[in-house]
Amino acid sequence: MTATGVLTRDAVDPSALVRQVSAPMHGAVLLFLGVVRDVNDGRGVTGIEYSAYEAMAAAELQAIAEEAAALVDDVDVAIVHRLGALAQEEASVGIAVAHAHRDEAYRVSRFVIEELKRRVPIWKREHYVDGTRDWVDPSGRPVAEVSP
Amino acid sequence: MSVTVLLFASYADALGAPSVSVELPADATVADVLADITRRPGWGRRPTTPLVAVNQRYASRTTRIREGDEVALIPPVAGG
Repeated sequence: MTATGVLTRDAVDPSALVRQVSAPMHGAVLLFLGVVRDVNDGRGVTGIEYSAYEAMAAAELQAIAEEAAALVDDVDVAIVHRLGALAQEEASVGIAVAHAHRDEAYRVSRFVIEELKRRVPIWKREHYVDGTRDWVDPSGRPVAEVSP
Repeated sequence: MSVTVLLFASYADALGAPSVSVELPADATVADVLADITRRPGWGRRPTTPLVAVNQRYASRTTRIREGDEVALIPPVAGG
C-alpha cells in the first residue's frame, strides 16, 4: 500500500497523484486540491507565497499519510504540498486517496486535510491587489503587515 | 550553553532574522527559551506562549533543552 506525504516546489500534478494511489482493488479514487482563490477575508488576492520549516513539515506530512492509512484497511494515500510563489488557481496542496469504497475514501481524505491544516509547519503570505502583503493565521486574520 | 533558535514567517520578520542565539542554563527547558525570546525588542504583542518544536517535534513548556538540540518557534500554521 502507498502512504506518502511530500513537499514540492513544482506544480502539483493531479494525474500523477491519482496514479500513485490507483489499484485494481479500489472502486473509489478521491482527489482533493487546495487552490489559491481570488479573495480572502474580503481582500483581493493576487497570489500566495508558501514557506515551511521544511524538514519538520516533510516529516509531519509523511506521518499524517501513515496515520491516515492506519484509519481503515487497504487504503492508499498520497499527499503533496507545494512551496514557493503561487498564482491564482494554482494548487497548493493535493491529496489522493483510494479505497474499495467511497465512504472510507472520503473519511481518510478529510482526516488528511484537517490534520495538515492543524499541525504541518507551513506558512502563507498573501499578496493583495493593492500591493500589500500579509502573513495569514489559521482563522484568516492577518498577523503582521509588511509594506511592499 | 548556547542554543540556536530557528524562526519562521512572521516571527522571523518580527526579530529580523531567521534564527537567534539564546544563552541557557544547563537544566533549561522550553519555557526558558520563550522567556528570552518574547522579551526581545520586536516581539511586540505576539503570544508569550507560541508553539515550539525541539528536534522537529512539537514540545511542551517543560521539555528539557540539551546542547545541540534543534529548537524552533512555530508561528500559527497556515498550510493547505
